[in-house]
Amino acid sequence: MLAGIADTQGIDDLIKLLLGEGYVVMGPGVERNVIQKKEITSVGDLPKGYTDTQTPGSYRLERDLSSPELFSWAVGPASFKNSLFPAKQTLFEGKISKGKASITQKEVPSHKTCFFGIRPCEVAGMAVLAKVMTDGAYPDPQAVSVRKNSLVVAVECGRPAENCFCTSFNTGPMADDGCDIIITEITEGNHRFLIRSGSDAGYAILSRLAYKPALPEDVSARDKVIAKSISAISKSIDQENTPALLARNIGSTIWANIANRCLSCGNCTMVCPTCFCASFEHSNGLEEDFSAVRRWDSCFDSAHSYIHGGSVRTSVASKYRQWMTHKLSTWVDQFGEIGCVGCGRCITWCPVGIDITEETAKIAEGESLHK
Amino acid sequence: MGKAKLAVWKFASCDGCQLSILDCEDELLSIAEAVEIANFTEMTRKVTDGPYDISLVEGSVTTANDAQRIVEIRKSSQTVVAIGACATAGGIQALRNYADIDEYLGAVYAHPEYISTLTTSKPISDFIKVDLELRGCPVNKEHLIELVASALAGRKPRIPHFSVCEECKMKGNVCVLVGQKMPCLGPVTSAGCGALCPAVGRGCYGCFGPVKNANTASLATRLKANGTDPDKIRRMFKTFNANTKAFEREFSS
Ligand code: SF4
Ligand code: SF4
Ligand code: SF4
Repeated sequence: MLAGIADTQGIDDLIKLLLGEGYVVMGPGVERNVIQKKEITSVGDLPKGYTDTQTPGSYRLERDLSSPELFSWAVGPASFKNSLFPAKQTLFEGKISKGKASITQKEVPSHKTCFFGIRPCEVAGMAVLAKVMTDGAYPDPQAVSVRKNSLVVAVECGRPAENCFCTSFNTGPMADDGCDIIITEITEGNHRFLIRSGSDAGYAILSRLAYKPALPEDVSARDKVIAKSISAISKSIDQENTPALLARNIGSTIWANIANRCLSCGNCTMVCPTCFCASFEHSNGLEEDFSAVRRWDSCFDSAHSYIHGGSVRTSVASKYRQWMTHKLSTWVDQFGEIGCVGCGRCITWCPVGIDITEETAKIAEGESLHK
Repeated sequence: MGKAKLAVWKFASCDGCQLSILDCEDELLSIAEAVEIANFTEMTRKVTDGPYDISLVEGSVTTANDAQRIVEIRKSSQTVVAIGACATAGGIQALRNYADIDEYLGAVYAHPEYISTLTTSKPISDFIKVDLELRGCPVNKEHLIELVASALAGRKPRIPHFSVCEECKMKGNVCVLVGQKMPCLGPVTSAGCGALCPAVGRGCYGCFGPVKNANTASLATRLKANGTDPDKIRRMFKTFNANTKAFEREFSS
């Protein structure tokens, strides 16, 4: 492992080096008052001085012009899911002429992408999603290509949001698995960044930068950042017991209670970095043309459970239950791990602020009352 | 097999949905190629008698004559498609359903005695069997094209029935309700517009009417908690799609 200390200029040097290596660098920026991923070309594009306040159903971004901090915010609404699994994608299109169909397959992008400034829960979310997109019997060509051609430069969290609960699943606030380079912003003492390699590719990049070697006090300052973040996180889900808890409570009255508030709008599934449901739409056009499009689907859409004769899940209660029990219970049966990484997006971006951690706690409480 | 015969009918409406057909511009020639436009007086004076394979009906039923005419149209049409908020919900003119019609007439017309009208504005489906409804104020021209394309292939048209929020997120908009506490009807409104208003930083006005399972009560409670004036919330629900169960209960209670 290589570990160096950089200042703000050092972050710029890293971005420039990545660009020089031919990477398209997708990093955090501010757009329409939220943290968004976008193409960046210098340290000046990063959200300097911004902090976010996230509560159930509410998101606010503020800026302190005097602050030098680059990463003092938590995840924004759009996850990196879109990179592996675009919201809407044409898979193929074609024409019919003289009774014969000719098909044009869509090209799979093969450029190198750097996911820069990505949070640990995002890295974890992409790994969960990759199991679906790339590891099954029918790997998605685009997702495979993106995974293969990407470099992950993660940033550890120094300022989690109120809705974060990555500590429940060991998906943050520190970064390790799946990262090529790991950055920690240190504000105590001199403002600086501890930059470490997490893979051979990351090592090769860092070895070309003239960072000062990290000293033991830098490493302990980083540990303090992490410890502070861990203690700032107050929401949680019991990873070990929740899958069985939910499986036992399919008949609970809680679902009807949630349905009183839930709008079945589907926002939670759209913002979730691991929700993978898609609708495949094959259509003809007006001119002997046809196409196949894949777009995000949601278990909150009645058509999602449509089979011959009607939809299986028509009530809001059954839709919410499907969503939550899949995330926290049946996902384990399906993929051997939980489907939630604790990013808190579904809590923040739910228009009525339904909180998956609170609802889980209520189910556990309800059960212990009846014992 | 000959080309399918298409007719377009107007009831109480602003003609905006018929204009959406003409707005198909690029595809209009393909549509005219694919079907025989047999009766569409907003586009051409040339009218061919029925029966028709597909009748698109714009507008709501507001007069006794309308109520008769729609029955005749049903008789001469294989498939009837109601297009737009007027035809599917009664339209903005359905506000009369919640007011005193004589008071309205007196306020608007110098000689109200010349006006012969029903006391209500009602959707087409209240009078005849409708095979398909295309919502919106106005309808989305893509849905009209999809309707014709699906008829060509003999398949069901693909019209979204999920919420505006899903379209909004797929488009990459930033939620104005969560991000700015701006009142938005997206969560209880049917998709179809492509989340136009949130894309330009405005809340959804509910043009495509209530989505399935629309939990308007919960949304209204939240909007109030966010600081939106209760009277404004009532007025938000009382527009083009006022005459729908889900929206009605939020302003008539
Ligand atoms: S369920 Fe919620 S907290 Fe968990 S990964 Fe999805 S959006 Fe994040
Ligand atoms: S939990 Fe919230 S975001 Fe999810 S469908 Fe219900 S209201 Fe929408
Ligand atoms: S802006 Fe409106 S339509 Fe878009 S996600 Fe938010 S509530 Fe839904």
